[in-house]
Amino acid sequence: MNQVRKQKFLIVGSILAGSIVTVGLLLVAFDKGLNAFITPTEIAEGKVNGSHNFRIGGMVKKGSLVRKGTGTQIEFIATDFNEDIPVVYTGVLPDLFREGQGVTADGHMDASGVFQADTVLAKHDENYMSKEVKAAMDAAEKKKTGKLATEGAHP
Amino acid sequence: MWQWLYKLGSPRHFYEMTTGFVPWLTGVSLFLLIVGVVWGLGFAPPDYQMGDSYRILYIHVPTSMGGMGAFVLLAMMAAMHMIWNIKMADIVAKVCAPVGAGYTALGLITGSLWGKPTWGTYWIWEARLTSYLILLFLFLGVMALRAAYDSERSGSKAASVLAIVGVVNVPIIYYSVYWWNTLHQVPSELGRDGSANPPEIFIPALFTGFAVIGLFFLAVILRSRNEILYRERRAQWVQDLLEKELADV
Repeated sequence: MNQVRKQKFLIVGSILAGSIVTVGLLLVAFDKGLNAFITPTEIAEGKVNGSHNFRIGGMVKKGSLVRKGTGTQIEFIATDFNEDIPVVYTGVLPDLFREGQGVTADGHMDASGVFQADTVLAKHDENYMSKEVKAAMDAAEKKKTGKLATEGAHP
Repeated sequence: MWQWLYKLGSPRHFYEMTTGFVPWLTGVSLFLLIVGVVWGLGFAPPDYQMGDSYRILYIHVPTSMGGMGAFVLLAMMAAMHMIWNIKMADIVAKVCAPVGAGYTALGLITGSLWGKPTWGTYWIWEARLTSYLILLFLFLGVMALRAAYDSERSGSKAASVLAIVGVVNVPIIYYSVYWWNTLHQVPSELGRDGSANPPEIFIPALFTGFAVIGLFFLAVILRSRNEILYRERRAQWVQDLLEKELADV
């Protein structure tokens, strides 16, 4: 490489390196501030003080969903399989809101440790499956667990 | 091979070498697009949770990735132009920015249309979505900066610097879903058993994916050819070409 090219190569390289370092430091400084939500474990660790608004994220604990009144008063437990937070919400849930699936909710903690949600969003995972396959898998699972139960009953 | 690449760096050779290639690329891309869209939208099975709305992802995933790929290409061309002063690299950098911006916009629009039925909202300020919106602004910034100068040389220099600085955003977009809690899911891994993304759902995505890549390069090549003719309009070979074309008409 001749002298001019080498110099230009260095200029381009330092522009790139400079922006990587700048942005990298910026992101390290922001750290957890860029998280879209706070997990139940982080709440249990006392990351949130007072009653200001934030977003909680986790899984809807299986069997925890309760509908009250005309069905728009909703109670469920958000879990990260370590800590549980009870959530109360009044309104329409997104279609993909399911037990055992991801969820985020905007709101605040009340004095009794219940999360009062204003908005609830469903979080989708990266798994895709056809309805037929899912039905077949559920049937197989049922058969397997049913069989195990009968095996237990007749030793 | 090197000689072939070297020749592509010359506007005239680029023009002559792509002439025969354009109809082929058009045909193959359109074929892949039609097969992928008909298969994905008409015949792939509905998802067990999202039902039919997941079909938006057949367009969303390739166009979103295309937008990021386009910015990487833009930055590479900008660096090549700055270091080696290759004319052709500057032409490609100039013409690929609007195409990339279009893909990025399409990725944002389709993503938001998918987000409403899936998440329950069109938009949320989280790391993946926000960093991807910044990608659109970077594209628009590169285009605006180039257009803001009267001289083509100064404009291309300024735009090149922004492209090289801005490319830092691309890995941030990609890793955002791993580094932070985001509402956006991580990409499906194609495991050996294919459980996360089974073949009957995944294969149409391969077709739309390659179609979107093909159409991107088609747009870049066609726009590059126009730009070459404009920039070399005073060259003898363009004059000859013009006379020949006019004689045919």
